[in-house]
Amino acid sequence: MELLVSGGSNPVSRSGWLGVHVVAVFGFLYLPIVILVLYSFNGQGVGGFPPRNLTLDWYRILFADSAIWDSVFNSLEVALAAMLIALIFGIPAALALDRAQFPGKALFRRLVLLPLILPGIITGLSLLMLFNFAGKHLDLLTIILGHGTALISVATTEVFAGLQKLDRAQEEASLDLGANYWQTFWRITLPNLKLSIIGAALLIFTLSMDEIAVSFFLIGRENTLPLEIWGRLRRGITPEINAVSTIIFLFSLAAIVVWYRLRTSAESRQDS
Amino acid sequence: MFSRAYKMVVTVPPLLWVTIFLLVPYLLMFCYSFWTVSASQTIVHSWTFDNYKDLLQKPVYWQTLLRSMWVAARVMLFSLALGYPLAYFLSFYAGARKDWLYQMVIIPLWVSYLVRAYAWKTILGSDGVLNTLLQYVHVTHHPLDFLLYSPFAVVLTLTHIYTPFTFLPIYAALEHIPRNLVEASHDLGATPAQTFWKVIFPLSIPGVLAGATFAFVLSLGDFLAPSLLGGPSGIMISNIVVSLFGAAYNWPLGAAISLAMLVLVVSLLVVSERLEKKWSFS
Repeated sequence: MELLVSGGSNPVSRSGWLGVHVVAVFGFLYLPIVILVLYSFNGQGVGGFPPRNLTLDWYRILFADSAIWDSVFNSLEVALAAMLIALIFGIPAALALDRAQFPGKALFRRLVLLPLILPGIITGLSLLMLFNFAGKHLDLLTIILGHGTALISVATTEVFAGLQKLDRAQEEASLDLGANYWQTFWRITLPNLKLSIIGAALLIFTLSMDEIAVSFFLIGRENTLPLEIWGRLRRGITPEINAVSTIIFLFSLAAIVVWYRLRTSAESRQDS
Repeated sequence: MFSRAYKMVVTVPPLLWVTIFLLVPYLLMFCYSFWTVSASQTIVHSWTFDNYKDLLQKPVYWQTLLRSMWVAARVMLFSLALGYPLAYFLSFYAGARKDWLYQMVIIPLWVSYLVRAYAWKTILGSDGVLNTLLQYVHVTHHPLDFLLYSPFAVVLTLTHIYTPFTFLPIYAALEHIPRNLVEASHDLGATPAQTFWKVIFPLSIPGVLAGATFAFVLSLGDFLAPSLLGGPSGIMISNIVVSLFGAAYNWPLGAAISLAMLVLVVSLLVVSERLEKKWSFS
């Protein structure tokens, strides 16, 4: 965009102010994260400037804290199960939206995608009413069903986008050459959607690990990690929360890097 | 090219699941909103409009709803004010650093929502990072106590959370603008400001609408940030709903308020979708 820069009456200050704005926005976006990580090493509590008595004690306390680890394992269980539900129903839903005509298709599309844009409280409460009406007591299973249902939207969106890029001729060729629909699905459709599905799976997993608004209403006696943190925030806060948050952040970062590598290597293979 | 059986297999299971776990619950919410709670704290399945009358007549409900909309509107405006120039810079000025900067905007999204709200609490509190910093450098001698437990704290935190979400559709819209349109505008003698307002901005409106809707709708229904950072003056409509489903035990009234919110949100989505179509150029 050299033209934009050279064409104006005072172009340098124009993009200069924009640059200042951009730096300020990045500062705003990263300030809480930097504070969070920094104070996980602070010997003197969660606030207070400057940080004093840098220590790893909060990480030691965290690793000995069995309630936190129980909630981490609950969250992992929920996220894995929710991921399976979302994929098992989200992938066919994308195929249905792409390939089938049926009455109520427009409503179906809206319903599937709604939890993505709806405040979590509405999804959570409506499911709470369902479970209450059906006499189902609340436990991890109700959270799994809640997350699975809400996150079908993610699987469907990602896979539907993948289907738009799919080369139809390959499927047609497979069917013409005598493969049945099942074989064609496993050998042609699914491998072509691999990237969309892995991307969706990672996204669903992370969103579920972090989800709180829906879980809030469907929680039984066992906590997920965000709800365990939520409970502690109401009782008074220590940098142990910063420590556990820092660790989760590092794991999420690792997941992004893995996903990014996968995608760029696949794209470069496609290009070559 | 796909057989009837294939279409059945991909359609029926998700259709059933979505019916049971999304459609039926919304319908149940609709039913609940017309039921009542008896004096003995059981839910009576008799049909009445009383919950909706309460919603319209008791100031606490509609005033809180209006206040929540005002909070959501501010979050929307601030997110646009922060997100649009960011997207514009990345799309038109960032050059080779574009992909890298894009990832930098996305990364904060991977930090838990709850954790970011908590981080703001540790920054804004009366013995938090900001107040102790201000005292450390002798700007003030007493902690500023209006920072935390106020609508300001809620708006600030939600703006922080929704700015990247607002950025994403705007950036996508800007990236889709054919660059030769911008060059043509220059060649025909338009100043950069004219090019921006007459060419670039109108073409980015669908992205702005999508981002604005997202920020408004999700802030409107939030209950975690207000209960963590809002204090009594920062209460939002969802906090009332939470208490009606908890200690206050009035599910039907809570359902009526949720349903009002659902209708509001879905109408906004429909309007924004229409407008996006109207403004899209392809």
